[in-house]
Amino acid sequence: MHLDKKFSHIGRSIFIHTFLICFTILALFPMVIVIINSFKTRKGIFREPLSFPTAETFSIKGYETVITGGDFQLYFTNSFIVTSVSLFFILLFGAMASYALSEYRFKGNLFMGLFLAFGIMIPIRLGTVAILKLMVATGLVNTLTALILVYIAQGLPLCIFILTEFMKTVSDDLKNAGRIDGLSEYRILFTLVIPLIRPAMATVAVFSMIPIWNDLWFPLILASGEEVKTITLGAQNFIGQYLTNWNAVLAALSLAILPVVILYLIFSRQLIRGITSGAVK
Amino acid sequence: MGTLKLKNISKSFGNVEVLRDISLEVADGEFVIFVGPSGCGKSTLLRIIAGLEDATKGEVIIDGQMVNHLGAADRGISMVFQSYALYPHMTVEANMGLGLKQAKTPKAEIKARVTKAANMLELTPLLNRRPAELSGGQRQRVAIGRSIVREPKIFLFDEPLSNLDAALRVNTRIEIANLHNSLNSSMIYVTHDQVEAMTLADKIVVLHDGKIEQIGHPIELYNHPCNMFVAGFIGSPKMNFFDADKLDVKNAITVGVRPEHIKIDAKQGDYECEITYVEHLGSDSNLYLTHPKLGAFTVRVFGQVAYARGETLHASLLKESMHKFDEHENVITDI
Repeated sequence: MHLDKKFSHIGRSIFIHTFLICFTILALFPMVIVIINSFKTRKGIFREPLSFPTAETFSIKGYETVITGGDFQLYFTNSFIVTSVSLFFILLFGAMASYALSEYRFKGNLFMGLFLAFGIMIPIRLGTVAILKLMVATGLVNTLTALILVYIAQGLPLCIFILTEFMKTVSDDLKNAGRIDGLSEYRILFTLVIPLIRPAMATVAVFSMIPIWNDLWFPLILASGEEVKTITLGAQNFIGQYLTNWNAVLAALSLAILPVVILYLIFSRQLIRGITSGAVK
Repeated sequence: MGTLKLKNISKSFGNVEVLRDISLEVADGEFVIFVGPSGCGKSTLLRIIAGLEDATKGEVIIDGQMVNHLGAADRGISMVFQSYALYPHMTVEANMGLGLKQAKTPKAEIKARVTKAANMLELTPLLNRRPAELSGGQRQRVAIGRSIVREPKIFLFDEPLSNLDAALRVNTRIEIANLHNSLNSSMIYVTHDQVEAMTLADKIVVLHDGKIEQIGHPIELYNHPCNMFVAGFIGSPKMNFFDADKLDVKNAITVGVRPEHIKIDAKQGDYECEITYVEHLGSDSNLYLTHPKLGAFTVRVFGQVAYARGETLHASLLKESMHKFDEHENVITDI
């Protein structure tokens, strides 16, 4: 009986791990293909797209083209500015709105919460035409500001939705103790509440950051000028109508993955805590 | 100085009225305890005094000054919470000093005041630790220390002992009593535990359903409860209530007799009862008796008894210790 139980436990864990390994392979496959092909010659890429670079096919020409040739550094900086500024404001405004929604009883609180969370269900791209008109009217077309504004709007709903729930778990007594100690509502939010929900903040940061970094749609529509291109759009430079420089495209994309992976590694510890807290106490 | 005056305080949450017309005075240096069953509004009242909730009606006056419009930090009060509410990411020292730092007190003075409070509560070796590294009792002492450092006019305690285990509760209770003696400042303390109320208070305020039932010295409440609720709430085990007719008492509807005011004897007495249960506490014993006419009641006897369940016993109620109540459950004081 005891042995049976143990066996079934092992069986279950084998099943779960097989499933997870398969999923990981599936998820990593395209990325690995991109990365290994970025280190191959053009011939190597087309002849044996799935094989690792050999002495014969190894080449870093793509990287050379990208780093020396194009305005890659500019695109990279643009992407970095857009992502980090958007992320900062998403977290700032998101935290402030969530605090108000979770902490204060006011008329329309529930409606406001639903309204702010509505954006999760309706993709912001549906409003592209209106956004474009708006940006043209305000003269923000072809600026990073346009992208940042759109991304803040895009990121806020999920951020508010997640943070509101987490902020409700912070004890009232703690906030009241802060009030008695003379902290302003802002200081209570920034010095007491936010440090306590750091895992949730990290989760929101990762979930908001990746779509912004990877977005092609809005840069293409709102900021396609050479000066304001982001890296995903910049990589398209190497894709021509008749001839595509695959080495350079793959190298650019491989490089574009790097910062996200690094940030993910930094946040991942907090992220796992953020996802599992509440579920596992 | 630290006097408090509440004038006709009422509070409603939506349609629910949790406090009704509360008026009360606390003299300087007095230890006042709000006691009552859960949901009677005692914590809400404390929060209104602290400035964490607004009263729907009425005035809060501290040291002669109306403070309704002042925020919690400007009322000169400090509060100890049931859950301690320590800032988890700060050291004990930072926890205690935060209020002063916020008020832009000079660093040297913050240090001096924290050190003094830490000495008083034996927290000095713990000053650099974080709350997570402290035991429950230590956390509660830090919470008390944090309120001492503020040197408030009035200390507020919101059920400070309910999260501690029994032994620690007694110790901390004594510590709070000593603290009150040495600081000599006004304290308002909320609890649902009548033992805490009886042992600590100069004055007990019994609250029930958002109303003050009675205010008085602990012994006064025990000896002269003004209605059946207070009579039943103060004292453990609870006072026994009998129908006046059954005891042949005239001019009353209900008669109350405390368990310790009933004499028992194996051979003779007014009522022959059966023992349904015996609690042996060592220093005293609680006997649960039933009588065919009176029904069930409790008797408390000092010392240990050899009676067991199912035996017969004679009980006599002490006439001079009876409390008589009228049809509105108020006490009749003509005795």
